[in-house]
Amino acid sequence: MTEGEGRGYTADEMMTVAASRELNDGAVCFVGIGLPSQAANLARLTHAPECVLIYESGTIGAKPEVLPLSIGDGELAEHADSVVSVPEIFNYWLQAGRVDVGFLGAAQIDRFGNLNTTVVGSYGGRRCACRGGGCPEIAASAREVIIMLRHSPRAFVDELAFVTSVGHRHGGDSRRELGYAGAGPAVTITDLGVLRPDLETKELTLTALHPGSTVEEAREATGWELRVAEELGTTEPPTEEELRVLRDLKSRTEAARKETKA
Amino acid sequence: MNETVTLREAIAALVNDGDTVALEGFTHLIPFAAAHEIVRQEKKDLTLVRMTPDLVYDQMIGMGAAKKLVFSWGGNPGVGSLHRFRDAVERGWPRALELEEHSHAGMANRYSAGASNLPFAVLRGYVGTDLPKVTPTIEPIACPFTGEELTAVPALNPDVAVIHAQQADRKGNVLLWGITGIQKEAALSAKRVIVTVEEVVDAFEEHTFGIVLPSVAVDAVCAVPQGAYPSYAHGYYARSNAFYEAWDPVGRDREKFRGWMERHVLGVEDFAEHLRSIRREGAMG
Repeated sequence: MTEGEGRGYTADEMMTVAASRELNDGAVCFVGIGLPSQAANLARLTHAPECVLIYESGTIGAKPEVLPLSIGDGELAEHADSVVSVPEIFNYWLQAGRVDVGFLGAAQIDRFGNLNTTVVGSYGGRRCACRGGGCPEIAASAREVIIMLRHSPRAFVDELAFVTSVGHRHGGDSRRELGYAGAGPAVTITDLGVLRPDLETKELTLTALHPGSTVEEAREATGWELRVAEELGTTEPPTEEELRVLRDLKSRTEAARKETKA
Repeated sequence: MNETVTLREAIAALVNDGDTVALEGFTHLIPFAAAHEIVRQEKKDLTLVRMTPDLVYDQMIGMGAAKKLVFSWGGNPGVGSLHRFRDAVERGWPRALELEEHSHAGMANRYSAGASNLPFAVLRGYVGTDLPKVTPTIEPIACPFTGEELTAVPALNPDVAVIHAQQADRKGNVLLWGITGIQKEAALSAKRVIVTVEEVVDAFEEHTFGIVLPSVAVDAVCAVPQGAYPSYAHGYYARSNAFYEAWDPVGRDREKFRGWMERHVLGVEDFAEHLRSIRREGAMG
């Protein structure tokens, strides 16, 4: 993590804050572990106190004091509104259309927001990451999807090694042919900026840069010729409040980890 | 009505070479003690089923107990890869491991179908992903009423399901609370069911989000305190995140792994001795 040239926050912090702002208060959000979980909880602790966080282990309305290391940590059940079985969370909640937002990370993304969390290299070559988990159906059935991952040529690839989760498929209306209820990726947040699908082609388009990032940096970190919006915005830097809450959350989490080690 | 027996007796009587065995528990209540007993009794050619293989299957796969894995997410949560699992998949060590990879929703529905005595389950999913290309047990199916195209996955009916719970009563009813994941479906889908518990009590108290698995659905109950360590048992002990982190360098190296398993699993009598053994070494949190 690099300090953003004296700006007082890191690129990762900017990414997390920008992603958290995408989650509306009151939204029912199916949360992936790691960066999405951090951003979703930042949203809950700042502008979206009424958001309902769902984790695939079956916790609904989770309010973790510290960030979970794993998707089924006891912390998630402790203050949850309800805890249900895994079939119930996927069938009655996700598949039934009760989830407004799927909040996902990935190992790789392509220009249409399709995601790979399964394979690094080819499946035949058998380099297996095998982290499909809940992603395929979250990407299918959540009303919309927020994606978060760090910008790099290894992550933003021209062709995925494996399609674990469908985004806008081949672009245009091609996702709709699959019959999924969800609309697919609405936004992708990276450590450099914000990408949104073009209204027609559905190709990811750089629509905003975080302060200090450049179009050249984003282009270099993208494995295809990156489209850039004509009116390119600049992300509002993190507020003091956002930074304070995020850092508190992370230091509480660190302290809790050390405690279990001792 | 089931029998309260030792874990050694239960595994010897109910798990056979070549069986399909599901050890379930979603981060919470992972039946580590039972997995160790299966390894100690050198059960082999198993088809292991589990949504999230976790360290428990890393250990079993690394010891060569499995010929096939049916799963939906393979990793050391929050830490990284399962190195024994990857070594088996990518280099066939100590033996080749066949994979049947699904999504969580697919696995959940497969267990539910199995528990309902149906041949398959129907869901909205997998379409447009590459999973159907590598996993033969995913097929399209048309709704007979509307013609809508959906996805079918076959039922799971393991020979044996093994779960860990907080408590059993004297009649053999089993109580779990906290995150209860897929355990009920796994148990009800299986031909034989082994449950390890933290303790046997005279009567259950009420717990929020608790479920009771009736005695008639369980073949053997074994009291194994801390039998889910290093995962956790809500109300009893926390997850040892330190163990999960410390496993990474052990699992990464074949020799180190073998040595660890020989010292702490093969070379001990039971799980209580296993816990003493790793604590004596002091390396695993």
